Amino acid sequence: MIGAIDSLRQALARLRAFSRQAPLDRDLDAEVAAHLAFAIEENLRRGFSPEEASRQALVRFGGIAQSKERHREARGLPVLDVLLQDLRYALRTLRRDRGFASAAVLILALGIGANIAVFSVVNTILLRPLPFRDPQRLVWMAGNRGAGGLSGVTYTVAAYEEFQRHNRSFQDVTAYDPFFGDSDFNKLTGRGEPQELAGVRVAGNFFPTLGVQPALGRLFTAEECQKGGRPAVLLGHFFWQRQFAADPAIVGQPIILNNRPVTVVGVLPASFDFGSVFSPGLKMDIYVPAIMDELRNWGNTLTMMGRLKPGVTVAQAQAEVDILMPQIRAAHKDWYNDYATAMTGLKDHVSGKLRRSLVVLWCAVGMILLIVCVNLSNLLLARAAARGKEFALRSALGAGRARIVRQLLTESLVLASGGAVLGLGIAFAVTWYLARQGSIALPLLSTIRVDGAALGWTLLIALAAAVLFGLAPSLKISGGNLQDALKDAGHGMSAGRKHDRMRAVLVVSEVALACVLLVGAGLLLRSFLRVLDVDLGFQPSRAAAIKIDYNDGGKPERRGAILQEILRRVSAIPGIQSAGIVDMLPLDRNRSWGLQAKGRIYRKGEAQDAFVYIVTPGYLGAIGMQRREGRDFSWQDTPTSEPPVIINQAAARYHWPGEDPLGHIALVNGKDFRVVGVISDVRESSVEAGSGIEMYLPATQAEPEGAELVVRTQLPPEALASSLMRTLRAYNPEQPAAEFRPIQSIVDHAVSPRRFFALLVAVFAGLGLLLASLGIYGVISYSVTRQTQEIGIRMALGATTERVQLGVIARTMRLVLVGIAVGSITSVVAAKWIAALLFKTEPSDPLAFAGTVLLLGGVALVAGYIPARRASRIDPMVALRGN
Amino acid sequence: MPEKKLDLLQGTLDLMVLQTLAAMGSLHGYGIARRIEQSSGDAVLLNQGTIYASLVRLQQRGWISAEWGTSDNNRKAKFYSITKRGRKQLAQEAAYWQRLSSVMGRVLAMQDEGGDR
Repeated sequence: MIGAIDSLRQALARLRAFSRQAPLDRDLDAEVAAHLAFAIEENLRRGFSPEEASRQALVRFGGIAQSKERHREARGLPVLDVLLQDLRYALRTLRRDRGFASAAVLILALGIGANIAVFSVVNTILLRPLPFRDPQRLVWMAGNRGAGGLSGVTYTVAAYEEFQRHNRSFQDVTAYDPFFGDSDFNKLTGRGEPQELAGVRVAGNFFPTLGVQPALGRLFTAEECQKGGRPAVLLGHFFWQRQFAADPAIVGQPIILNNRPVTVVGVLPASFDFGSVFSPGLKMDIYVPAIMDELRNWGNTLTMMGRLKPGVTVAQAQAEVDILMPQIRAAHKDWYNDYATAMTGLKDHVSGKLRRSLVVLWCAVGMILLIVCVNLSNLLLARAAARGKEFALRSALGAGRARIVRQLLTESLVLASGGAVLGLGIAFAVTWYLARQGSIALPLLSTIRVDGAALGWTLLIALAAAVLFGLAPSLKISGGNLQDALKDAGHGMSAGRKHDRMRAVLVVSEVALACVLLVGAGLLLRSFLRVLDVDLGFQPSRAAAIKIDYNDGGKPERRGAILQEILRRVSAIPGIQSAGIVDMLPLDRNRSWGLQAKGRIYRKGEAQDAFVYIVTPGYLGAIGMQRREGRDFSWQDTPTSEPPVIINQAAARYHWPGEDPLGHIALVNGKDFRVVGVISDVRESSVEAGSGIEMYLPATQAEPEGAELVVRTQLPPEALASSLMRTLRAYNPEQPAAEFRPIQSIVDHAVSPRRFFALLVAVFAGLGLLLASLGIYGVISYSVTRQTQEIGIRMALGATTERVQLGVIARTMRLVLVGIAVGSITSVVAAKWIAALLFKTEPSDPLAFAGTVLLLGGVALVAGYIPARRASRIDPMVALRGN
Repeated sequence: MPEKKLDLLQGTLDLMVLQTLAAMGSLHGYGIARRIEQSSGDAVLLNQGTIYASLVRLQQRGWISAEWGTSDNNRKAKFYSITKRGRKQLAQEAAYWQRLSSVMGRVLAMQDEGGDR
């Protein structure tokens, strides 16, 4: 009996033998030659004639080929041998039919490539866990149950500390300051040109709570998070590479942030990308400790997150906070807010809103793959018909049905593998491109890559596709009647209706799939156009903004003079129409303050915060906001004059319903401001959501949070960038090299997720349409070829050209109409399903449906007309003689 | 069914090869085939070629070893010899065959008596 070790030894030997066939074959050949020589020699000795001697030797040896084959089987891996044989045969056949092979591989590559790319997007945003330790235990907390602007959903330091102290659900509660662009650490000097930085204040336990370890150095110490502690900063990995050429010696060195030396205590790992998780589209450069005692009096400044204790669910934490927050609130009568908190898993918060869009995208691209498979099935069926004889011959020679199916599936597999390899290339290119699109506001997109999961997915869909498009044709062929095929029947006649029916079903399903894709794309594109049509309340074209730096020493009267001088100089640049300064641009950042009509009694919960913007005279005009009544600010609004406020119409409607607010006194954070102007509503936080209540205060009367210089130009903004920077530097040599952003780019950024999805679905729909039309063309053209004789006879009997053409076109349209009918019904359902993704567009939007029907019909008409024309040009004499 | 028969044949041939090598020392393929034919009194009509599948199988299991060498009449040939492990294997299989054949003999003898009725 064979022991386990012997079996293993044999398996290894077989594997070795399999991998070196040629030398072993040579060895065997030599051995067999020696064997025969010995035998002949012996036979000669026995007195046989030379011919008889070698004849006898061969007879006694048995079949040489069979012996060698058995030797090979015994020593190698026969199953693999057969597979290799099939592969070699498949490659040879496909090489012979290069046109077909390359078309098939290309179509597959498009389908598979699109699928891998979309899978990578879905995997990155939706499936892959966040790049933190035990990310499923991280919870996002939104104040005001997540409603309102940033100031509404954030917490005070006191609320944060109280919740941290009293809660029992969380192992850790941490926070960061989401009001980025703070002017305490947004400028790096002393290292070449002054640099504009994006930085964020984080609580001391922020990184430990997320489970992020520094790549170099250390995290913040408790001392560094205290008031008066040694200033410390952590560098983001990308910033460290860009600014400090990845020099590890920077750790421990001071850098100059806003004229203050701050020690670099560490560098964060490349895997930590704050922006991609918490603020898509933003690359965070530096992290500084949030010193709670300094933030304490600034109102709502903190975004809270927590790590649940093991075993605690989000729902339990929610239940706790629902009880705890009112208790905390009751203990602090002076609090302005009751911090009703909505808790969501961090992953849900980051990508939950995108789930529907991504699933839709996934379905769309899945449909593309289906269309691709249907198309290939069709191509293979046509090929199968042409190869009927070949297979009949093979089965006559003894090939079993399974063997033939296996051979054909191997061919499909070769095609699918080719498509998968090419598709992977496409997907690599697409993901590489997407990872570098900072302007697309999708979370985690910068971390997208074709990873192991995507490769697994590739393998899966390539296999599934191969079976899907290969099985039907191979069953069809191998199940065919041998004699019929050998006798060459059915050619040139309209026989083989069964065959045609299958192809017709394939075309109908293809058209139906394309129809669904087109309707979906139509609806999404229309929504996108509607979004672009939204009246933003300002004019993005020909306006641009740049972050500016100035030093007013915190004195409003000096600020006024400085800003006025900057604006005077900037306005003098040729090509600049108007200029103004604001602290936060619409659709970019926001914060809110209390606003009330003086003298009005507000019921509980009725008082609503307003988005606040601190502006200079000229800003409203420069960005193109519409003044409805009253005046703009002027430089006569000094720190000592009566404080003025400009509100938007939403604020007027809310706080002074039915009245003209002009001249009324508004309470801004409890201080008296006179309403001097009203402007049209501005989309301040989202293009798609309506406008909130807004107010604008003069920079001489309120503390701005950063400064954006907005200019309206006659020339394209980029043409002015260098002269503008020269002017700013001439006034302030420390002006950082900040980006001169067209306002349009901010709007584009805000609508980028919708554009991303709409465009992708539209591309897929286009692809679907193309493939479907190819499919229609293929089927009709094939059936015309098959019926050449029949058509020839009919023409010989007097059928006119038109009649023949019409016949073919009518057949095409019958197929297409059935497809459109099936597709439209499916689309109605699909449209309802994506209704939540539409903007000011009904799921039953007649334009999208009518457009789809017309487009599909038109394309089908063309796809059918080409073979129809060919049919009508058949020369009856040639057709009848042919074959 | 035919598969089973082949298996038996294979096993038998392998055993014969092992025994031949154990008895004769180093031999080339033709020599082994001839020895088997002779010792069986030409009762086994062997397709000599089939011996090579058997040889490679035994070699892969490590029961025989092979080496190119020169024959008496100066011809290059591959010479096979049995290994230590091969001898162990041979002893086991020979015992098995002997048991099997004696059992078969007894069983068949019993049938003979039954047919004497």
